[in-house]
Amino acid sequence: MDVILFLIFATIAVVCAINVVVQTHPISSALSLVGVMGSLAVLYLLLGAEFIAAAQVIVYAGAIMVLFIFVIMLLNAGAEVKKGQSTMALFLGVPLLAGLLIVMCWYLQSWFPIGTTVHFGGFQSTAPHTGPLAQSGGSAHEVGIALFTRYLLPFEVTSVLILIAILGAIVLARKEID
Amino acid sequence: MDAFIIISLAKILVVFAVLMTTLAYLQWVERKVIAHIQVRPGPYRVGPHGLLQPLADVIKLITKEDLVPPYVNKPLYLLAPFLAITMALLSISVIPFGPSITVAGHTTFMQLTDLNMGVLFVLAVSSLGVYGIALAGWSSNNKYALIGGLRSSAQMISYELPLSLAIAAPLLISNTLSLRELVDKQDGGIWHWNLIHGGQIISFIIFLIAAFAETNRVPFDLPEAENELVAGFHTEYSSMKFASFFMAEYANMITVSCMATLLFLGGWGAPWPAEYGSSLVPAVIFAFAGVVALYHGINAERRRDKKTFPVFGVIFLIIAVVFLLPMVQGWLVPLFWFCAKTGGILFTFMWIRGTLPRFRYDQLMGFTWKFLFPVAVLNLLVTGFVVALLP
Amino acid sequence: MDGIPISWFLTLSAILFALGVAGFLFRRNIITVFMSIELMLNAVNLSFITFSYKLQKVDGHLLAFFVMVVAAAEAAVGLAIILTVFKNRSTLNIDDIDTLKN
Repeated sequence: MDVILFLIFATIAVVCAINVVVQTHPISSALSLVGVMGSLAVLYLLLGAEFIAAAQVIVYAGAIMVLFIFVIMLLNAGAEVKKGQSTMALFLGVPLLAGLLIVMCWYLQSWFPIGTTVHFGGFQSTAPHTGPLAQSGGSAHEVGIALFTRYLLPFEVTSVLILIAILGAIVLARKEID
Repeated sequence: MDAFIIISLAKILVVFAVLMTTLAYLQWVERKVIAHIQVRPGPYRVGPHGLLQPLADVIKLITKEDLVPPYVNKPLYLLAPFLAITMALLSISVIPFGPSITVAGHTTFMQLTDLNMGVLFVLAVSSLGVYGIALAGWSSNNKYALIGGLRSSAQMISYELPLSLAIAAPLLISNTLSLRELVDKQDGGIWHWNLIHGGQIISFIIFLIAAFAETNRVPFDLPEAENELVAGFHTEYSSMKFASFFMAEYANMITVSCMATLLFLGGWGAPWPAEYGSSLVPAVIFAFAGVVALYHGINAERRRDKKTFPVFGVIFLIIAVVFLLPMVQGWLVPLFWFCAKTGGILFTFMWIRGTLPRFRYDQLMGFTWKFLFPVAVLNLLVTGFVVALLP
Repeated sequence: MDGIPISWFLTLSAILFALGVAGFLFRRNIITVFMSIELMLNAVNLSFITFSYKLQKVDGHLLAFFVMVVAAAEAAVGLAIILTVFKNRSTLNIDDIDTLKN
């Protein structure tokens, strides 16, 4: 059951990713990227990362990609014009790419033999601060405790980073008032 | 495993049927409420008191010509209403309507699925609902639709921020993301609700204001107002696709009202414990409604009312008797309280629609970024302090 | 088999990353280049969470969370820069934005 889910959503992710790279109009690329993020969110759920899956949909698919789509709609630049495509590059490139991917998969397979398998519910929290019921290791409780104890400094630094980004975006996109 | 699948399928069917009927009749209620606020009768002729008006509307929308203009971007044009209605209905799947119910020996929650991060799921699905509107505006290839779509999506994502912060404050108090546990922690009467005991009045108000903007309702409905932008993002849509946007808006309204009930008003808990007679309240209310309807039926001015009001009176009295039966009290009375609270918030939606004028777009955006968001942050800060410092 | 081998997730992450690199190198529209960067970041997030599952610790989730936050900040500023570039050059083709070239 987990294998079927993984295969379905991994296929959707790869097809959408190829679509992102191949499509001419930026809107189609953007929507395919939303599809990639959605299927990745399901894969995170399989890996027990519930909070990150929800954050992926809320932040990435629901805010960042909406921002992309806004900019594409505002600029309205239209589809990309292809010029200078050589078929020789296609003939040489795609088999080389496939060969590279096969070698890479073989190496990954040999480093991580079949031993560790992922199944839904395999990541349980073992910390002593959980209550009598075991929680998923990636639940909001676990992520929250780690975020505010061990990773407090990066958390505060990223807050400042977001503030800087907000100021930068406002300054860059503002119309001159004179 | 089999029983689980059959029970789940049965629950899905029941919830879907009830939800679709509620969506249709919510429109009837809205038209009646706004009509009475404006001192006119509203839908009155189609069936007794216009009760068959939603049916007439559905028949009209289904049989209308489904026109797909030739200049639209077809895949996105067809995808947009689908996305809107799917996301709107998906968030109902984690809303609990009551405690557990036992049917034919199987005990199950009155909820389609109890995720332990239910609040995040609802937030995620409502974030995705923005795509339906943005794509509808873009694919229509129409200036007014594009401006309406962009304004509407910008409004929705701007108001998601105070909404999330207003949701975070009672979560600090209840300490759980599961919607069922939220209600279980507010058990015991009105003084345990997050609104009173947790002091979350400001959060409640911020949540309601942000919910009005999220669902594109008055006073924040400039992007789809009829006298401003033709019809906003759904200008080029007809028949069932237009109906999808309509249904999506009402389903979103139901979702945010249910969330407000679960987060702030204690879900299906009665305002005072059952020992002091709160299980009799539904029966009393319906009996009173039945008596009033019978009285007005007998002394009616309009000839049609002389026939319809007594029928309604008898129906209400029968429902009152049903509420007194001991075998259904375990699940029917909590369901009544949940529906009463959600209905109260929905009535507030309609009340405000009939009362307030609409904001201009720059006033709307200025309101959220300069006032609502800082207030929500301050509220979260104060709640955090109180939770941390009080034992 | 009763589960999914870990290497499958890492392979998927590698494929997505490679596709992101391909999009970054071969596309001419500046917004599509930006989206390929986001694709690469997503692939890395998948990798982080996979390793977090393998080591049964939650730290990978935290790192993925920070990657998401940084990606959000980068998207905001990057899109503002793209808007400014479009206002000045009226084109989104990165081949035409070459006034610094000699």
